[in-house]
Amino acid sequence: MAVAGLALLIFVFLVYESWPLLSKVEISRFFNDAGWHPTEQEFNLLPMIVGTLLTAIGALIIAAPLSIASAIFCQFYAPPIIAKLYTSIIELLSGIPSVVFGLWGLVVLVPIVASWEGPGTSLLAGILVLSIMILPTGALLAGTALGKIPSSWREGAAALGLSRWAMVKSIALPTAKSGLLNALILQTGRAIGETMAVLMVCGNIVAIPDSLFAPVRTLSANIALEMAYAMGDHRAALYVSGLVLLSLVAALLMFSRPMREVSYRV
Amino acid sequence: MRQPVIWLCEKLGLTLAISAGLVACGGDDNAQRLQITGSSTIAPLLVELAKSYEQEHPNTRIDVQTGGSARGIADSRQGLADIGMVSRDLKSQEQDLIAHPLARDGIAMILHKNNSVSELTEQQIVSIYTGETKSWSELGPGDGMISVVSKAEGRSTLELFLSYFKLKSSDIKAHSIIGDNEQAIKTVLANPRAIAYVSIGTAEYSVEQGVSIRLLANETVEASTENVANRSFPLSRTLNLVTLNKPTGLAADFIAFAQSPAAYPLIERQYFVPL
Amino acid sequence: MYRVVVSYMNSLAIKGVPRTSADNMARIILSLSILCVVAVFVWLTSDVLLSGWQGLSVNFLTGSTIDSGRAGGIAPILVSTLAVVGICLSVALPLGLAVAVWLSEFSVTERGLTVAVWLRRLIHLLAGVPSIVIGLFGYVFFCQIMGLGYSLLAGGLSLACMILPLLISTMEDSFRSTPMNIRQAAAALAISEVGFITKVLIPLSAPALSAATILSLGRALAETAVLLFTSGYVTRMPDSISDPGRVLSVHIFDLSMNVTGGDQNAYSSALVLLFLLFILNSLSKVILARVKIKL
Repeated sequence: MAVAGLALLIFVFLVYESWPLLSKVEISRFFNDAGWHPTEQEFNLLPMIVGTLLTAIGALIIAAPLSIASAIFCQFYAPPIIAKLYTSIIELLSGIPSVVFGLWGLVVLVPIVASWEGPGTSLLAGILVLSIMILPTGALLAGTALGKIPSSWREGAAALGLSRWAMVKSIALPTAKSGLLNALILQTGRAIGETMAVLMVCGNIVAIPDSLFAPVRTLSANIALEMAYAMGDHRAALYVSGLVLLSLVAALLMFSRPMREVSYRV
Repeated sequence: MRQPVIWLCEKLGLTLAISAGLVACGGDDNAQRLQITGSSTIAPLLVELAKSYEQEHPNTRIDVQTGGSARGIADSRQGLADIGMVSRDLKSQEQDLIAHPLARDGIAMILHKNNSVSELTEQQIVSIYTGETKSWSELGPGDGMISVVSKAEGRSTLELFLSYFKLKSSDIKAHSIIGDNEQAIKTVLANPRAIAYVSIGTAEYSVEQGVSIRLLANETVEASTENVANRSFPLSRTLNLVTLNKPTGLAADFIAFAQSPAAYPLIERQYFVPL
Repeated sequence: MYRVVVSYMNSLAIKGVPRTSADNMARIILSLSILCVVAVFVWLTSDVLLSGWQGLSVNFLTGSTIDSGRAGGIAPILVSTLAVVGICLSVALPLGLAVAVWLSEFSVTERGLTVAVWLRRLIHLLAGVPSIVIGLFGYVFFCQIMGLGYSLLAGGLSLACMILPLLISTMEDSFRSTPMNIRQAAAALAISEVGFITKVLIPLSAPALSAATILSLGRALAETAVLLFTSGYVTRMPDSISDPGRVLSVHIFDLSMNVTGGDQNAYSSALVLLFLLFILNSLSKVILARVKIKL
């Protein structure tokens, strides 16, 4: 129950710190102000909310299929040696600090994007780096989920004359659905909450991006960027953005609920 | 509950044993302690100063933590830190604290080495940063959209930049916003059409290391730590240590050390300018 | 070239299982995806490897930090990192395991079910909290309210907050997917609840437990923002777990973003971190294999 208490505590903490501002300013200002200039009393969070959603969704579009693909490959197609090697690679990838990803993104990816168009530090760079970051988590978890299929079922499928792919499609994937969804949710959580790497490659301009090459700022990068030097109202505004972030996650979870209502005892 | 518990215990025991084995037991409770928090710009310098001081004065422990200038001010006020690090001058609402100047630092514009523009007037800089001038072709040879790099709100470098060029934060139309100095340099390196402003010391060091950036002079004054030292370079700031009350004991001694000539070589190693 | 491809495709085949065109398509797409991932990995690590290799030496691993990290070594930092990770795992693993078991085995009553549903939601919510918010929360809660100050202990506890959702979700899901016939067999044999959990459920889920642990290890070593605010910035060798200490990820961050001229050592530290991760991962697998053999 400590865990529930923990999540609630964090929520309370955020509310407590944002209260000074929330009590002064109406909620609509967080969506309608001219821009994000907290030192000048402007608190529009909308562009950053859009930035967060776009980077996360973009990264998921790339990483989720790739994770599931690697998991399927490892579990069902690869010779054991390759599977082991590949899994070790993924495990190592999962431990690389976000700073290193961000650094690599800034030093390697951004110049490449810059040579195509624009400032380089952009939505595209952010999506690419973020997808590489959430891929290992998803791949490992999806692999675990798919690995739980009893081998008797796989043998049964072969006995029935199903091809490998047919077996994967009609037996493995549906059975592992809850595990795969779990992987997806955790990936999403990581994507939304990722701070450091996004900070380094996204450009951090508070504006709704008009193209893939335009810079964006996400809510978590915003907190990291400004918290160190923020005082008074500015600080409270940052905590408000933290609350908004939590609500975003909660909203995403609620939307995915219908998909997750699987029966829990097989 | 035997096997899983055993597994867990083995795993945990192993990690704990490694760390416990390497860590001596017990701390030195007789040591005099000092807690310093604040600006991440000054933190590396303070770590070196603290280390040097501890070597001269055994039985002292000085802990330096980061968290930003705002944290430095808040913690000194609340007594969570003995000394705060603030990378700018104290504002009017912060006069309850006492500032002890530590070093100076200048701010210069940098461009990528491949950029053919070699100098910019203050007018031009203002028009670039407010978005009036959009392309390099308006300023000389070379073409492409200018990528304006600026610092995040609340940072002292930004505030100095704004007050010197008499701009407001909302006037700046940037394409990239960065946090720390090194990030600015790396962002300019990644995009030859970018322009940014950084601490002079940081930029000088990078140029010495062969990094492909170029410092721009401020009208006629060369951007160099020398010129910050002799006060001829206009865009500069003071790095301060702050305390709530007049410092006593260990704090006073340490601050005196930090402001003394003995500290100059350490300050210069971090590419700041001693006072 | 064509023959290489054909023999590769044949090697993926299993005797007796028919191959359809959809099957072949699947193989091609999957193999390509894998190649993409591996390519990116090689790209990234070769960069780190090449840049970081030069800075490595025995002195680097055993010496103390000099000149803000631009010279000297990272020994105090390694010790701090191991201590923080150790604390984190020793808190999070048992707690996570307990909660996961409760969620999957004991929440069958009406009231239990509602609590479980809400608990699960909260856990998923926790998974989405950005690392920096946990860092700030950790600073206020563990360092100030609980009076731990900047310390390895506070860092380890905050890190545990970060990895708990991962651990709990994965373990619970794995427990829940234990096939029904095993549960029925256990019931038929009249094994007690506790016996079932310890001798059947947990060992059967060992692969998932291992994956969860390794993922958490990876995450723990990689976290920067959380530890910057809780275990601190100090580069001194810590004397005890109530001392502050800088961890490896924070060191890499400081060297690459804050300290001029720190790049070389940043890459070398990153390389060391990768080695450390590799060693810890291998250790986990070895221990796990021994548990499975005991079965």
